[in-house]
Amino acid sequence: MPTPADASGTASTRPPHLPLGRRLRGYQNRNVWFWLFVGPFVLGLVVFVYVPIAWSVYLSFFDSYNTVTPTQFVGVGNYLDMLRDPAFRSSLLTFVLFALFIVPTTFALSLGAALLVARTRFMQAFFRSVFFLPTACSYVVAALVWKMSIFSGIRSGLANAVLGWFGVDSIPWLSLADPPWYWLVIVTARLWLQIGFYMILFLAGIQRISPTLYEAAAIDGAEGWKVFRHITLPQLRATSTAVLLLLLVNAFQAFDEFYNILSTFGTYPPYARPPLVYLYYTALGSGQDFGHGSAGAVILTLIIAIVAVVQGRLLRIGERDA
Amino acid sequence: MAIVRSKRQSRTAGWARYSALVVAALLFLVPFYLVVRSAFMREQDLSSPDFHWLPPTWNTANLTDLFANPAIPMARALLNSGLIAVTQTVGVLVVSGLAGYGLARIPYRRSNAVFYAITATLLIPAAVTFVPSFVLVSTLGWISTLRGLIIPGLFQALATFLFRQFFLGFPKEIEEAAFIDGLSYWGSFWRIVVPNSMGFVAAIGTITFIGSWNAFLWPLVIGRDQESWTVQIALSTFLTAQSVQVSQLFMAALVAILPLLLMFLFLQRWIVEGVERTGIAGD
Repeated sequence: MPTPADASGTASTRPPHLPLGRRLRGYQNRNVWFWLFVGPFVLGLVVFVYVPIAWSVYLSFFDSYNTVTPTQFVGVGNYLDMLRDPAFRSSLLTFVLFALFIVPTTFALSLGAALLVARTRFMQAFFRSVFFLPTACSYVVAALVWKMSIFSGIRSGLANAVLGWFGVDSIPWLSLADPPWYWLVIVTARLWLQIGFYMILFLAGIQRISPTLYEAAAIDGAEGWKVFRHITLPQLRATSTAVLLLLLVNAFQAFDEFYNILSTFGTYPPYARPPLVYLYYTALGSGQDFGHGSAGAVILTLIIAIVAVVQGRLLRIGERDA
Repeated sequence: MAIVRSKRQSRTAGWARYSALVVAALLFLVPFYLVVRSAFMREQDLSSPDFHWLPPTWNTANLTDLFANPAIPMARALLNSGLIAVTQTVGVLVVSGLAGYGLARIPYRRSNAVFYAITATLLIPAAVTFVPSFVLVSTLGWISTLRGLIIPGLFQALATFLFRQFFLGFPKEIEEAAFIDGLSYWGSFWRIVVPNSMGFVAAIGTITFIGSWNAFLWPLVIGRDQESWTVQIALSTFLTAQSVQVSQLFMAALVAILPLLLMFLFLQRWIVEGVERTGIAGD
């Protein structure tokens, strides 16, 4: 950015007309300088992160349908309602089921892809790029391809076409609640989008492992699985911690692919609603129920913060033992 | 990576590895292939019961039809997405770059307290707070405006955190020389530090741009009127609409991913670095 750099650079070195300007000339007055650099960000963070959260906590204690300046205090009523609401609890259950599958699967597949790519000399850059390319796609685009092409219920959808070659009847992937084929559609879309991203993280971790460790292992006669188990995996502990945490937080925030794959004609089915989808329809649907919506947001925020802290602690303790 | 292995073993392992890689790579490319194929098919070919590997006739009219379709303001959506992604990228780089530098370099008594107040928000994913943020933005009267779509996204604690870490590792000697030459913090930041950090800036910038272009939940919540739709919202609305012209829908998807595919083609190095940087931060 040469232009703003030059402009601002000359502005500050111009002879000062104000006492403040004189103070800013040197680097002595560090408090002023600090806030000049950090102030804009902190101000934005306060206005757009801290204030909304505080406001939301406030709203969560009130009846606030269609209003953000409520008068009817209900105490912890909204929280109790949320925790009693079977739909809210089932959204948490949906998240747990989803995370139980998607976190280990993405972890294993992206680690596998990284190991394969790392050991490859010929066309390594090509394979890496191919796996990484889906990162360019949005969840909306992936949802579109999965819903309208691969898993469209008709015979010309790719999945059904492939089944047809083996004489299997077409499967209505998305129109049935039971059997829940829609899970297959949702998780494969997310896998396709995420594997390349985490593969890059694992690749970076693998490249940081010292080659001498592998040489020593070879001298000791260790091969294949043993090398992976005793050298690669322990050396990737920091990367694995980061990847697990990111995967879990991302699964908790799942919204885009659920919304785009499952909602048709503007209506979302009553099942398969992860927390954010539930919250979206509670707070911003026809009701605009900000009281309950805020209580839900606070509960979810607490859950994710606790999960992040606990997981960080657990894995860090393990690190020290190792 | 140096892996010492016996010759016969590495040959079979090599074949197995390449077969696995080729199969996986083909699977990963299938969705892209489907987008391109379907974008150039005629509607009747797409809805016919037979699966076509290639369009029986290449139908380029989908592109002109798409931009002529009054139900999907595609041109406007592209403009909105471009404006939002560019301003958000530049904004995040400037705001977080300045803050990261201040936190890393300017000794201030409460610097640590400020840093903790910033990193605490990293525990709270932005998506979870969309209800409170919506309440604030609607109070400001920013619903369906570019302001409402852009400004709340400018303050990324993660970007500030990363810039701080990066500037902590920036060689101090260069700046000290600048101070001796009479430059202030401001002057040394813009003239010395930023020009020598363009690789890192590019990494954070490309990642921010991709995130902004592909964002869905926030534009969905804020972009209520058609004029404020981003590409993703236009696609999503099209996808969940009553009657869908599927071939046109795929043409729209192709148009939506083309800018980022081009970016990947030319800037992949920085994108990869950006992913590495942002991922390691979770550590």
